[in-house]
Amino acid sequence: MFGFCEDPSTLSNLPWMACYLTTGKQFLFYGSFLTVLALIFITAPVALIFGFGGAMAARSPILPLRWFGKIYVAMVRGVPDIVYFMFFVIALDQGLEWIRHQIKCPDWDAPIRQGNDFIVCAQAKLPLSTSPQVWHEVYNFSLAVFTFGIVFGAFAANVLYGAMRAVPRAQMETAEAYGMTPRQSFWRILVPQMWMYALPGLSNLWMILIKATPLLFLLGVEDIVYWARELGGSANPRFTAYPHPDWRLWYFIGLLVFYLAFTRVSEIVLARITRRLSHGQGTLGGVRQGKAA
Amino acid sequence: MKKLLITAAALAVTAGSAMAQDVVRMGTEGAYPPWNFINDAGEVDGFERELGDELCARAELTCEWVTNDWDSIIPNLVSGNYDTIIAGMSITDERDEVIDFTQEYTPPDPSAYLALSEDVDVEGGVVAAQTNTIQAAFVAEQGWTLVEFPTPEETIAAVRNGEADAVLADKSYLAAAAGENDDLFLLEREEMIGGGVGMGLRESDTELREKFDAAIQSMKDDGTLNELITKWEVASTF
Repeated sequence: MFGFCEDPSTLSNLPWMACYLTTGKQFLFYGSFLTVLALIFITAPVALIFGFGGAMAARSPILPLRWFGKIYVAMVRGVPDIVYFMFFVIALDQGLEWIRHQIKCPDWDAPIRQGNDFIVCAQAKLPLSTSPQVWHEVYNFSLAVFTFGIVFGAFAANVLYGAMRAVPRAQMETAEAYGMTPRQSFWRILVPQMWMYALPGLSNLWMILIKATPLLFLLGVEDIVYWARELGGSANPRFTAYPHPDWRLWYFIGLLVFYLAFTRVSEIVLARITRRLSHGQGTLGGVRQGKAA
Repeated sequence: MKKLLITAAALAVTAGSAMAQDVVRMGTEGAYPPWNFINDAGEVDGFERELGDELCARAELTCEWVTNDWDSIIPNLVSGNYDTIIAGMSITDERDEVIDFTQEYTPPDPSAYLALSEDVDVEGGVVAAQTNTIQAAFVAEQGWTLVEFPTPEETIAAVRNGEADAVLADKSYLAAAAGENDDLFLLEREEMIGGGVGMGLRESDTELREKFDAAIQSMKDDGTLNELITKWEVASTF
């Protein structure tokens, strides 16, 4: 990166460090922070949408829909994340390829399952094996977002389901008395008020989501923990211009700082949102705010 | 005329699929120098990178490198995320039941122990090995105390911090580590386990396997394979 990095073995500490921290490999590490942040910020709304859908399904008056909602929540919550990540992602990937195979290669006569192998025609591969590595990464990342969304959505569904039931019954009765339809009272009365009750649970989920990102590596996405381990491991001068002993401790301290800073900022933001949401509510926080005003 | 069009279309389709198959995705671990590792520029490098590129050139294939965690390297091959495993994988019967191997590109070599002193009793001590390796299977079979780690790097770190008394791994990997650290020693005792190292492919990919087999054979015949092995010090030569 810098001109003086030609021969790192002659450099003293500071320039050496500057060169070391700007090698291509280090940039992959920095890039993985962006990957993790992108995953968190994309997954959170996706999970919230799944959760909202799940909660609505679970309290729906239509029986099959209610079953669907409850089964979704119970199944995902009951299966360990790691099992779910191993199984679901492969099944989803193969399912998509199977569908594309049926559409694109209708006259393919070889069986798709050959012993352990899962064979679809080359045009049905997702992404195509000819497409550049970037697309494979984007595809893996999308699978990761979807999977995280489903897992965290199930937990969010349970939180929202509880929150919807926590809104005082009197509020809904009043809405009915005003002649609102169930749909109107749901969107105008229930939903705006339930966030207050959902927030503690959702903020827990957010924190857990932040810390769950190392699971990404199971899905073939190289995350910050992978790179910290890879870069921190002792580097042999035969294979690198920047040999160093086992530095994993330092890399992991870096990660610790990152995660602590991130969760701290999240706490501050969540506290603000709580304050805003309690405004005008009949909860302890809301009443206190009212008195202060 | 119509028939001609159909033939042309059919040709185009087959040409398309033939082209699609010509990009071969090479799966490796990227954490096992000198076999395969990520270099300073962030690219896959090492003995197998050079070997793989040469094999692809000889077989006239376009190859692309992908890294994958060792633990899930076979399942991901079988489900089609890449087309070959070229990651210092010894040919064993157990693996051969799930995937196919090309002929070996390094001869069978003994595995070695690395420890903090030269007089460690491995049978009575704790031995570290990477998960899902022939070495881990060997230690477990002997009934010794085994600790497993997901990456090779961690097995050596375990010896350093006293969690294990010795590491059992491929000699070339340990020799590279021992050469660099004065506090680590290779034990005299070695174990003759496993066959040579080959490329892993899906059992249904016979055609691709034959291409790589032929390419490996041609590198064996003209001596370039031995040169590569000597250059990277990965194994004994043929």
